[in-house]
Amino acid sequence: MRAMWSAIPRRGRVILLVLVALLLTAPLALDRYFISVLILIFYFAFVGQAWNIMMGFAGQLSLGHALYAGLGGYVAALLWFYFGIGPWLGVFAGVAIAALFGAVIGWLGFRFGIEGVYFALLTIAFAEFTRIAFDNMAFTGGAGGLFLLYDASRAHEWWNLRGGPLLFYYLGFALAAGAALLTAWLARSRIGFQWLAVREDQEAALSLGIDAFRAKMIAILISSSMTAIGGVLLAFYYNSLFPAQAFDISRSIEIILAPIIGGLGTIFGPIVGAFILTPLGEGLIALTAKFGIDVPGTKAVFYGLTLMVIITLRPDGVWPWLKRMLGLDETKP
Amino acid sequence: MNLAIILNVVIQGVLTGLVYGLMALGLSVIFGVVRMVNFAHGEFAVVAMYATYLLFVTFGLDPLISLLPIAAAFFLIGFLLQAALVNRFVGRSEHEQFILLVGLAIIIVNGLLMIFGPDARPTNLPYSFDSYAIGPMFIDKARVYAAIGALVVSAALFAFFRYTATGTAIRACADNLTGAAVVGLNVKHLYALTFGLGLACVGAAGALMVTIADASPLLAQAFTLLAFTIVIIGGLGSMAGALVGGLLIGVSEALASFFLAPSMKSMFSFALLVAVLVLRPQGLMGRRA
Amino acid sequence: MSALLKIDAVSKRFRGLVAVDRLSFEVPKGGIFAVIGPNGAGKTTLFNMIAGVFAPDSGAIAFAGERIDGLTPDRVCRRGIGRTFQLVRPFPALSVEDNVIVGALLHRQHVNAARAHAHEVLRRLDLYDKRVQRASALTLPDRKRLEVARALATDPKLLLLDEVMAGLRPTETDRIVAILKALNRESGLTILLIEHVMRAVMALASRILVLHHGAVISEGAPSEVVRDRAVIDSYLGAEAVS
Repeated sequence: MRAMWSAIPRRGRVILLVLVALLLTAPLALDRYFISVLILIFYFAFVGQAWNIMMGFAGQLSLGHALYAGLGGYVAALLWFYFGIGPWLGVFAGVAIAALFGAVIGWLGFRFGIEGVYFALLTIAFAEFTRIAFDNMAFTGGAGGLFLLYDASRAHEWWNLRGGPLLFYYLGFALAAGAALLTAWLARSRIGFQWLAVREDQEAALSLGIDAFRAKMIAILISSSMTAIGGVLLAFYYNSLFPAQAFDISRSIEIILAPIIGGLGTIFGPIVGAFILTPLGEGLIALTAKFGIDVPGTKAVFYGLTLMVIITLRPDGVWPWLKRMLGLDETKP
Repeated sequence: MNLAIILNVVIQGVLTGLVYGLMALGLSVIFGVVRMVNFAHGEFAVVAMYATYLLFVTFGLDPLISLLPIAAAFFLIGFLLQAALVNRFVGRSEHEQFILLVGLAIIIVNGLLMIFGPDARPTNLPYSFDSYAIGPMFIDKARVYAAIGALVVSAALFAFFRYTATGTAIRACADNLTGAAVVGLNVKHLYALTFGLGLACVGAAGALMVTIADASPLLAQAFTLLAFTIVIIGGLGSMAGALVGGLLIGVSEALASFFLAPSMKSMFSFALLVAVLVLRPQGLMGRRA
Repeated sequence: MSALLKIDAVSKRFRGLVAVDRLSFEVPKGGIFAVIGPNGAGKTTLFNMIAGVFAPDSGAIAFAGERIDGLTPDRVCRRGIGRTFQLVRPFPALSVEDNVIVGALLHRQHVNAARAHAHEVLRRLDLYDKRVQRASALTLPDRKRLEVARALATDPKLLLLDEVMAGLRPTETDRIVAILKALNRESGLTILLIEHVMRAVMALASRILVLHHGAVISEGAPSEVVRDRAVIDSYLGAEAVS
């Protein structure tokens, strides 16, 4: 821990502390709308970090990550809906199921040498398959959706994620911050180096004795588990789940936007990405609403454009550039 | 289970499958030559559907006729897209290429959503509800025409690649890129041509598709996945494989829709995709990498 | 000296082309063994079989007394064989130091210990001063030494070097030769190298194996091999020995 802290340049430490202080005290000053935007930012920073571990570090492209978020959310929600089991327990089940799916996908992909685009398609196939399956299963609510009734008398049960926006705000913050810490620790650990080697050149990594299969499996297990936790949060925040939304490929794409735009393979990338994208997206909606334009798809077009612009001009993402601008970059070119 | 009914379903599946095959052919050409993962493939198909719909509604043009200008227009779009933008990504990492086209796909599909709204737009051709009665079976005229159209366009493409100098040059690029460059082929130009041809196929397929489905932005992503599934099952680098894969998927979807439920038809396709990826990644007719 | 590596009647064919034809030889522990021969003689195929990239069609490969043919490359490395690639493959986005740390982590659990060892290896290979540079920014001679350093960091007992001298100037070649000789002398590292640069071969090898069309045409001390008629005719050419 101390090593990580001292690795950050002085200026960076100050900026970080100021930001953390601001975020912790923000709810005192902000209204409900901004808090809800920040909750979304924290969510995307969190799941974005999860995806970043698998793609940015281990180099495995998953375009079906919504599968894990959806599974986590549904499993925890169903346990609450049918058995009254709270999410503080349900999250473990959600994570277990998501990790199982991750293990299966990982095993199929890594054992049979399915790489790159093919692996991405494999992940999409699993997500789509699951989406259609959930659409057709009555006990999950089917296409009509699953609704968790909000009982105001239980609003104090924070361990069941029953509570106001503040609960989700601080929980979201804790998750996003925790994810960043975890990633920072993993990045400089033995497995982190193994991931980078596999990402850069798997054959060369093998020649150095790295068990690439094991390394990639660990990545997908961590990534899917974390994403499932995010799914639980979202399910109990919105109190509703629809297969068409939970597992849809647009959810998967949303998850990857922040880390790509922020900066793959970096620790602050997903956070920076989330802080840029979500406010801009919400801001765009607010702006167009002011002019009386309420066209579904506006936000998404904006996201698509941002994606294309960033990947063309700054494929490393905004964070590396921002780092240099702020004078935080100490590495040699 | 009446055998005639099942046969009917299969034939409808075959006809639909040929149009799917044409769409997948476009992807196979792009994927096989430029090695670009055109994740916006289905989105372009839906654009073509809307274009065909508009031409029909405004000028009364039959899709089989508007197919030509649309294919030509898409060729141009593809050519320009590759030359101006995608060519820059040729050497870059796979995920960057993917993301570029994902971004484009998002823009296209949501742009369509903004312009046309989410409701499906049917193209009500004069012969939309006619069918050929062959024995106990009824086969939609529209689908037969579409299938014939798909075969004609595919044949034209085959002929181009087999018998023209440019076609051979493009195949050379697919086989051996360095070799092609070394003998003086203008690879970037050929790539642009290939992308153009690939999109022309998609445009044609989209035009034909209006006889089978109603234009809607929600189809876009499904078509993209369909195209990829077909190309992988049929085999990368094999044009015939794209058509065969299309037929296979068309029939399996029709059967799954009939025996299970229409909403579940793609589940079978996805299961097949996973099986092929794991067991025979080169597909049915592809070359082993 | 006991044999560290034993190649026993190993064959490999690729769809009708016989790349390696019932090849047998032994590499003694602590020796420097060179494999030479014209292109297409089967040298890299041999290396790939030893390193586990693919298995031989027939025959056996034994290392330190145990069979290793058919093992995956990572398992082969863990047994104690390090290798470099003909076309160098550094991890481009990582620094020189991090590249070598990856290798050092094979036998070390903690990154700090791996870093310390990596620094040692880098110093040996004259790359310590460039340790924070990105691997993609290095010149070819530096990349070659990085490749060797990285493989060395895995603490191998046997090092397979695939045309490490290719593309280097004579001074660079001499530099690497000196480093390899020192390693062999001081730590007893056994080295098996494929090489075309005869200057390096003659300076390093205690024994040479000459391959042609996948089979041995000569084996022995350097002075004998270079005078072998068959070797001169098929590979060296008369000027090489005059």
